[in-house]
Amino acid sequence: MTDSRSGQPATYLRVDHLTKTFGTFTALKDISLEVMAGEFVCFLGPSGCGKTTLLRIIAGLETQTEGSIEQAGRDISFLPPSQRDFGIVFQSYALFPNLTVEQNIAYGLQTIERDKARIRSRVGELLELVGLPDQGPKYPAQLSGGQQQRIALARALAISPGLLLLDEPLSALDAKVRGHLRHEVKQLQRRLDVTTIMVTHDQEEALSMADRVVVMNHGVIEQTGTPIDIYREPASLFVADFVGSMNKIDVTVASETAVSFGKAELKCRPQRLARGTEAVLALRPEDVIPADAGAAGLENAFEVTVRDMEFLGAYWRAWLTSEAFAGTELDAHFSINAVRRLDIAAGRAMTIQLPPERLHVFSADGRRG
Amino acid sequence: MCFRRTAAVADAAIPAARRRPPLFMAIDRDRLLQLAFMLAISLYLVATLALPLYAMLSKSVTTYRFNPKAFEVQVNPGDGWQAPQRISGLEAALPPDKRPELDTSTDGRLAVVDYIPGYSFRGKELYRFRNAAPGAVHLAGTLRITDQDWHEYSANDFRRVVMRPEASHGLQNYTTYFSTPALVNSIGNSITVASISTVFTVLIAFGFAYALAMTCMPFKGLFKLVMMIPILVPSLLPGIALIYMFGKQGFLTPLLMGETIYGPIGIVIGSVFFSLPHAFIIITTALSLSDARLHEASIALKASPLRRFLTVTLPGARYGLISAAFVTFTLVITDFGLPKVIGGQFNVLAVDIYKQVIGQQNFEMGAVVSVVLLIPAVIAFTVDRIITRRQQSALSARSVPFAPRQNPLADRAALIYCLAVTVFVAGVLLVCQFAAAVKLWPYDLSFSFKNYDFSRTDGGGWEAYTNSIRMAVYVAIFGTGVVFIGAYIVEKLQGMKAGRSALHMLAIMPLAVPGLVLGLSYIFFFNDPANPLNFLYGTMAILVISSITHFYTVSHLTAVTALKQLDPEFESVSASLKQPAWRLFSRVTVPVCMPPLLDISIYLFVNAMTTVSAVVFLYSPTTKLASVAVLNMDDAGDVASAAAMGMMIFYTNVIARGLHALATRGLLKRTQGWRVR
Repeated sequence: MTDSRSGQPATYLRVDHLTKTFGTFTALKDISLEVMAGEFVCFLGPSGCGKTTLLRIIAGLETQTEGSIEQAGRDISFLPPSQRDFGIVFQSYALFPNLTVEQNIAYGLQTIERDKARIRSRVGELLELVGLPDQGPKYPAQLSGGQQQRIALARALAISPGLLLLDEPLSALDAKVRGHLRHEVKQLQRRLDVTTIMVTHDQEEALSMADRVVVMNHGVIEQTGTPIDIYREPASLFVADFVGSMNKIDVTVASETAVSFGKAELKCRPQRLARGTEAVLALRPEDVIPADAGAAGLENAFEVTVRDMEFLGAYWRAWLTSEAFAGTELDAHFSINAVRRLDIAAGRAMTIQLPPERLHVFSADGRRG
Repeated sequence: MCFRRTAAVADAAIPAARRRPPLFMAIDRDRLLQLAFMLAISLYLVATLALPLYAMLSKSVTTYRFNPKAFEVQVNPGDGWQAPQRISGLEAALPPDKRPELDTSTDGRLAVVDYIPGYSFRGKELYRFRNAAPGAVHLAGTLRITDQDWHEYSANDFRRVVMRPEASHGLQNYTTYFSTPALVNSIGNSITVASISTVFTVLIAFGFAYALAMTCMPFKGLFKLVMMIPILVPSLLPGIALIYMFGKQGFLTPLLMGETIYGPIGIVIGSVFFSLPHAFIIITTALSLSDARLHEASIALKASPLRRFLTVTLPGARYGLISAAFVTFTLVITDFGLPKVIGGQFNVLAVDIYKQVIGQQNFEMGAVVSVVLLIPAVIAFTVDRIITRRQQSALSARSVPFAPRQNPLADRAALIYCLAVTVFVAGVLLVCQFAAAVKLWPYDLSFSFKNYDFSRTDGGGWEAYTNSIRMAVYVAIFGTGVVFIGAYIVEKLQGMKAGRSALHMLAIMPLAVPGLVLGLSYIFFFNDPANPLNFLYGTMAILVISSITHFYTVSHLTAVTALKQLDPEFESVSASLKQPAWRLFSRVTVPVCMPPLLDISIYLFVNAMTTVSAVVFLYSPTTKLASVAVLNMDDAGDVASAAAMGMMIFYTNVIARGLHALATRGLLKRTQGWRVR
């Protein structure tokens, strides 16, 4: 589905100035966003950020206090769920326990298809689609969690909804199954080209599955962007901290391209904060680059001491201190190779480099500087 | 894309145009249906609980008094009409000891001729009579006269002219109540008897529950069954058994050493009998929450068994014990059948209500006593609700169930204790059955069916028995339906939060209302000719309705608990698949909740069979009931037939429970494929 005039994908779902209050508590504050046809969008945020409320309003399970929603050009703001066009999958699967897998999947088909043989073949198709062709006659309680979630997905897809809503669908599963199913759901979504919104608090899930991530906090959207954008260019200190991990250091702005803390002055990307203001410097642990001792001409190079190290399998985590940093400790992730090559060990001294283009400076209230 | 951006900017520029929900949301048929049911069930509870109770409260503050100033009489001795005279004027002329009592009740009637000196119905005088004030009413025979015109009567007719009292509102009835020692004494009596019974019941039930949960004695299943017996019989039955055992001709009477069973002793023993199972169930639940890890920790820390009991077992069961105490107290203080049978001269509140209403036809005073009885019941109910909530929060923590280890000494002691309780419970039944099956206890012990010929005595005969079964079946069927739909609305409806919690509150209330109070309030509400529901009065329907309402709360809570276990998202999924709500209800909700639905229906059936209190004011000559027959036959002195009928109720309930067990087992077998094990 593309817009014939511009050649860009058409907007499928439009949320416009949406606000939801529960008594005096504001769950969603003036939310606007667009979802393109065929897009996979993740609402990511900590619990209580309003992401589930937003999903439930889109489904019609809650009613917004203000604002409107448009789906495929139709105003659905005040339609009950049964008159909207979506399929939904919940964390708890919500499979009907007294119906077989087949009956569960066929549950929504009865009203659109009278012919029993065609219902049966459609159910078979869907079971094939989710990779469980032989489980039809079983009851949900006889299946594993991962299998149950696939059945829930098949049931939601049975009526060929225009919009697929996934409410933390993988959270109840154990880690291995979760990783596997993540990939499968994503592939299925691409194959069917169904517009999908998933709610999750798991950043890894959001980054690996979504075309676009909507990071939410306290009822507002902090940032919308591709997974790489969100990770590389966090729009706020909250996003920087919530997605991946960050070293956060209180600094003072020294110039347009430098900040200082302790005895150190760090070059960074140009920013607009006034000289002398308090700011926060954010730096990912993997962006602390181990350098050869005595290498000359490096920007932001520091002599540090490794206070302690922790082996995490794929990489090492190290805590670094330096005279220049005063009391601040840096959290760094070093690859196995680097540790071996540079002979890094607890108690030893080493040189690190902090690449200026990877240093994010935020104002004290968490906005980008 | 570009175009959309500009549109968004334009929107933002005029925030006043932001969308708010329209007044009338798009309501689909589902929603309409659900709202209709919500309204229907709320109305049902309002009409069968809230309004009757209100009618009773207002009755209790209504007083009736004749007003002699409101009537005028004129006499014609044969030589022309004399001047009209106010009745109040005539009253003043009477000697004080001849003046009629002016305080009366709803149905009070005062003959005018009581005020006429020298009146004789053979006299030749003519009389005229009129209402001298607006609102005054008098009757001439059956004719009700409300106008203020003069009406003429012969001396013979005039004796049928009676004045009706005026109603006024105030606390007069309460003042009268609290200044009548015979009535006020009952408060103390009721509280004393209920407190003593509570202490004994909780102690005995705790011992029994402890023996079952914490020891390895044999026959546990049998003991559990024995403990369920008292639920299956009317509360009058232990009273009848006690009469046979300790009454004037009882075979155990010497054990009382001169004390009489008719009074507090009998009430306490009988109350312990019928409240044991209720306390036992609550305490067993509390003990089953007991965490094995705490016991293991206590053993590892080398605590003595006594210390372990005091520091682990008792604290773990404390909410259960308190809750059991309040439930028992409420049961005993509101029970009417037992003290009626065995109370003798010892007055308690529940029997006072019955005496005021049935014996003295003083409905206002009955209402006052009802309000007095409501107070302890409501307090106990409230405390129990708070405690249950606490216990539930303790329950949510995961615990490892305690598995007792063998201990020959403790196991044997537990067995002896449980056998003793069993002898007491089974003894009551055996005595009743024996008395019912012999010709004339204790004189002629030959076997006879004579006591089963219920037509001989005042009780309604076998028809009362079939009426009871019919009523219990109706209560079970309609009650389960109403309760389950009500619980579904409370638990599963989206939105309408205020309405749902209001409905929940209404559903919880019946537990606080003693059956006798409910029954009396039904008289006030449904027997009022101005009430459009008046046609229900005296029918089977009102018996069914009163029983459903009386036993509503426990059924409602059972249904809510069952519904809570269903995934809250079923409704959302079903709506997203564009299926009507009734399909989900009939295909998933009801089938999954079938076992608790069966539990509710058997609970309603058994209680409808045994209840006396809620229906004793409401039955009519065509709708006599077995449980009421037990009461009336005992009242008429035919104790053996009362025992026989009581045992019929017991056997019927045993069969019903057996059928219920079979149905449940069959159901679980058929559905075990999908039930999560």
